[in-house]
Amino acid sequence: MKGIKYKTAAMVCLLVAVALLAGCGRPDSGHKRSVTVKGSDTMVILAQSWAEHFMEETPGITIQVTGGGSGVGIASLINGGTDICKASRPMSEREKNLARKRRGKDVKEIPVALDGVAVYVSDRNPIKSLTQEQLKSIYTGKITNWRELGGRNARIVPYSRENSSGTYMFFKDHVLEKEDFAMEVQTLPGTGAIVNAVSKDAESIGYGGIAYASGIRVLPVSRDQMSPAVSPSMETVRSGAYPLSRNLFFYTIGEPEGNVKRFIEWVLGPEGQKLCETVGYYPVALN
Amino acid sequence: MRNSGLLSGGAELTTVPKAGQPGDAADKIAAGLIRGSAFIAIASLVLIFVFIGKEALPVLTSPEVKEEAGLSQLFLPQQNRAGDTTEFNWQPISDTPKYSLLPLFVGTLKVTVIAVLIAIPLAVAAALYTSEFAPSWVREVIKPCIEILAGIPSVVVGFFCLMVIASWLQAAFGWTFRLNAVTAGIGLSLAVIPIVYTVCEDAFSSVPHAFREGSIAMGASAWQTASRVVLPAAMPGVLAACILGFGRAIGETMIVLMASGNAAVISWSPADSVRTFSATIAAELGELVQGSPHYHVLFFIGAFLFVLTFIINLAGRWWVGRLQKKLQGAS
Repeated sequence: MKGIKYKTAAMVCLLVAVALLAGCGRPDSGHKRSVTVKGSDTMVILAQSWAEHFMEETPGITIQVTGGGSGVGIASLINGGTDICKASRPMSEREKNLARKRRGKDVKEIPVALDGVAVYVSDRNPIKSLTQEQLKSIYTGKITNWRELGGRNARIVPYSRENSSGTYMFFKDHVLEKEDFAMEVQTLPGTGAIVNAVSKDAESIGYGGIAYASGIRVLPVSRDQMSPAVSPSMETVRSGAYPLSRNLFFYTIGEPEGNVKRFIEWVLGPEGQKLCETVGYYPVALN
Repeated sequence: MRNSGLLSGGAELTTVPKAGQPGDAADKIAAGLIRGSAFIAIASLVLIFVFIGKEALPVLTSPEVKEEAGLSQLFLPQQNRAGDTTEFNWQPISDTPKYSLLPLFVGTLKVTVIAVLIAIPLAVAAALYTSEFAPSWVREVIKPCIEILAGIPSVVVGFFCLMVIASWLQAAFGWTFRLNAVTAGIGLSLAVIPIVYTVCEDAFSSVPHAFREGSIAMGASAWQTASRVVLPAAMPGVLAACILGFGRAIGETMIVLMASGNAAVISWSPADSVRTFSATIAAELGELVQGSPHYHVLFFIGAFLFVLTFIINLAGRWWVGRLQKKLQGAS
């Protein structure tokens, strides 16, 4: 009996070892053509999930996604270092001219997704709306009391996303105008955690993907004192009326061709656009 | 022996089947495989260390990384803009990235100390109670309950802290920041208690029965026996338990990530938010460009944590060994 037990144990160990070794096998790397996508770090996750799903459906084409920032991607596109540049800001006229001069063709600008960030407060907070400038003051630590914004006399507790998130980058670029967050700003992993924390704390403020939950209120935001405060929704983000939204772009040199074209068409198609929402952005194409 | 085994667990496994004993080939194969798996465990540990070390090294060697995140940026106060006062600041994503490790170190220390201060007295007292005073049926209930606590995923504990404990504490003390060092420390202590309790319990129950009988025969009460005979005799085990608990507290990630607020401020107030080393790595490593200074700094933090726990364990083992020798010498 004892011998049998040992034998079984030995067999199991062997099987596990064989399985582990088999897992080390290299996938065959004989792809014919690869498309490179370079640029915005915000769009890395989005582009990677597009690439993964696209490659699953169309074997034989490799999509290589790298980050580095929109600026790096645009420079690389101009120098011929990448097929597609992904950028979370539009290319400037100067950059477009440079590309035309260097490559002999106009760049093609293709909006591929929309990005919007919601600001929320506790539903017990009487504040009605905030301007972009006020948001900046809160998160850079210049305003620390709700009274200065017409609210209660209480210390503001700001919550932020972790600095690895694209939402953080967008907020920093767009609202803070690249200034640093105040040291006291607390960070939480994920929109969910921020929504939960804000719902429990009457004096807090947070931002993240557009979410609705009990206990929190999505705050309308205005561009400045003159303009009306707008709540985020699919329509206001699409029309650009909501200030905390932006287009995310793909750029190519001239009209996209071949596999580049196939990839971009797939991205703008129903499957690609559906992935936008999965990753936390809005689709640009209707249907 | 049982208690000290927890610190040197890996080595004992390999010596169980002795070579040359009567047995068939299957025995030998099984013994070899078991020995092999022990070595795989050690090898993977070494490989992990080599990997972390390799990724952390550019902080010391690469001129490119050193320029943005050299040792002076990591440990000395920095002046960020002309005219500003010097300060310790952790702002790795910025036009001028700031990588001061001091706020993270203070945060880690604060949370760990709070967690250990809560967990160790509770766990040791609970272990002493169940092994010395509790009737056996109470023991049969308490022991598995505390052990089950160890099986709760730390993200669940973290979420519980974020939603429930934070609100209780805020209601009780009126703190401005509901997520702070105390909230995280209490959550962390829930992860530390089962470890300390289990090891202590083992240590207490492996104290020879003759010690207790001798003590009671001399006219000592149950409390005197427990506090002056059993506890000192099991001290090496209790100490080992504390070291394991400390190691767990310093490395635990998810609970502090959820419950500490993660603001990198330097303050000794337990009611302020803290950012720990482990939570920083977990939160920031996800989307980094490989080879960037930020990436290497995070690995540097990892290596630092690794070395820190290694030193604590080493010092702890040395201390346990000394205590054991002293106890044996006395008896």
